[in-house]
Amino acid sequence: MSETVKRTPLNAAHRALGAKMVDFAGWDMPVEYAGLVAEHMAVRTAAGLFDVSHMGEITVRGADALPFLQKVTCNDVSKLVDGQIQYSGLMTEQGTFVDDILVHKFADNDYFICVNASNADKDYAHFLKYADGFDVEVVNASADYSQIALQGPRMIEILQPLIAEDLAALKYYRFARNVSLFGLNVMVTRTGYTGEDGVEIYSAPDDAEKIWTGLLDAGRDAGLVPAGLGARNTLRLEAKMALYGHEIDDTTTVLEADLGWICKLDKGDFLGSDILKKQKAEGVTRKLVGFEVEDRAPVRDGYTIVADGKEVGRVTSGSPSPLLKKNIGLAYLPVELTAVGTAISAVVRGREVPCRVAATPFYKRQK
Amino acid sequence: MANYPDDLQYTKDHEWIRVSGDSGRVGITYYAQESLGDVVYVDLPKVGVKVTANEPFGSVESVKAVSELFSPVSGEVVEINEKLNDSPELVNSTPYEDGWMIIIKLSNPSEVDALLSAAEYEDFLNEK
Repeated sequence: MSETVKRTPLNAAHRALGAKMVDFAGWDMPVEYAGLVAEHMAVRTAAGLFDVSHMGEITVRGADALPFLQKVTCNDVSKLVDGQIQYSGLMTEQGTFVDDILVHKFADNDYFICVNASNADKDYAHFLKYADGFDVEVVNASADYSQIALQGPRMIEILQPLIAEDLAALKYYRFARNVSLFGLNVMVTRTGYTGEDGVEIYSAPDDAEKIWTGLLDAGRDAGLVPAGLGARNTLRLEAKMALYGHEIDDTTTVLEADLGWICKLDKGDFLGSDILKKQKAEGVTRKLVGFEVEDRAPVRDGYTIVADGKEVGRVTSGSPSPLLKKNIGLAYLPVELTAVGTAISAVVRGREVPCRVAATPFYKRQK
Repeated sequence: MANYPDDLQYTKDHEWIRVSGDSGRVGITYYAQESLGDVVYVDLPKVGVKVTANEPFGSVESVKAVSELFSPVSGEVVEINEKLNDSPELVNSTPYEDGWMIIIKLSNPSEVDALLSAAEYEDFLNEK
């Protein structure tokens, strides 16, 4: 283990639970506890608890916070009301992704942004690079927060008895600050990365272990289990949620990634908006799609996709789906091959395995 | 220790072989299946394929990862475990019995001498 590997405040708790640990983006993180499939299914049918304290947090405050965020992100921040959250992209000047982010509006001049662990330092530098001329203060507050995700259909049943706030009134992509949980001050957001109902709970790092242990105890009878990054990945893949470094990076645009719904070209100029407008007018030449494998062999990240004997793309994420019990994946393909039902093949150890472009998300929860 | 039966020979790549006569039955160890997690697919060679000691002969996949399988010995594949097509989870539930993978007709039986005993393999695991 390298000396620079980072640990969340829950590292000892994971080890005590018998977790298998892996290096993820420079963090020593649990990949699974009792087993990936059991954890995945627990989140789909009951609830799972994830340590996502590696995620970064950046605050943007000041009189120009709104115009500044409008310039560097692709979604329309002016649509947010206090207490609301927006999924967005932090843009390069090419309209590609520096990162995908969650923008929380605390107040008109006060925003809280959740970013990917692997990108936190890069994002912070990117914010600073474009802050000239704006009356804003950007702070990388990643070390001030731990984050625990409670995800699954029994989330409310587990969490509601522990807090005074009415969770039924806390709608999707809304948050509540200064919530008292086990006597500790936390922020509860109705968000997640699993395709399931759930919340993410931000706290001071020193409070994380008490929250983690308390929630596991409180939820045990409802079927709550600790869940690792392995299940987090298969859950988000079934829900077709992008993972930075896989589906999106600084070579993919928000339109190619099939995330046009977070790209508000009518909000005014932002980084890359001229390129994105042109791309929208002309149409993209490739697009992110889901596919199902018509073979027992799993198709994995990086495998080549071929059609008519020609290489046409690469798999960005691929895995067996624990819920659907078939092999699924995501890939960028030329637009002419993106219609649902299109036959393509993936190369698995030299063998061409038949696949078919599928409707996504692969899994959508019943509301 | 029951997790590593005494009548098998082991590799540092976490395969086992049970030699009887001029052939040996091959699978992966308790440790290997435990590390992989839920096995969902086993990619095995066809009968008649020649394999070489310490060279890949197939792969085993869990939900989270794919791992190559390395042959403990050289020889020819004379039988494969067809049950693993429909029930790859046998590799997890019974790695030394129903979860076996291939039978190799040994071309150089002295290669077995280079493999680890159960005790040596457990020492190797403990050093990791």
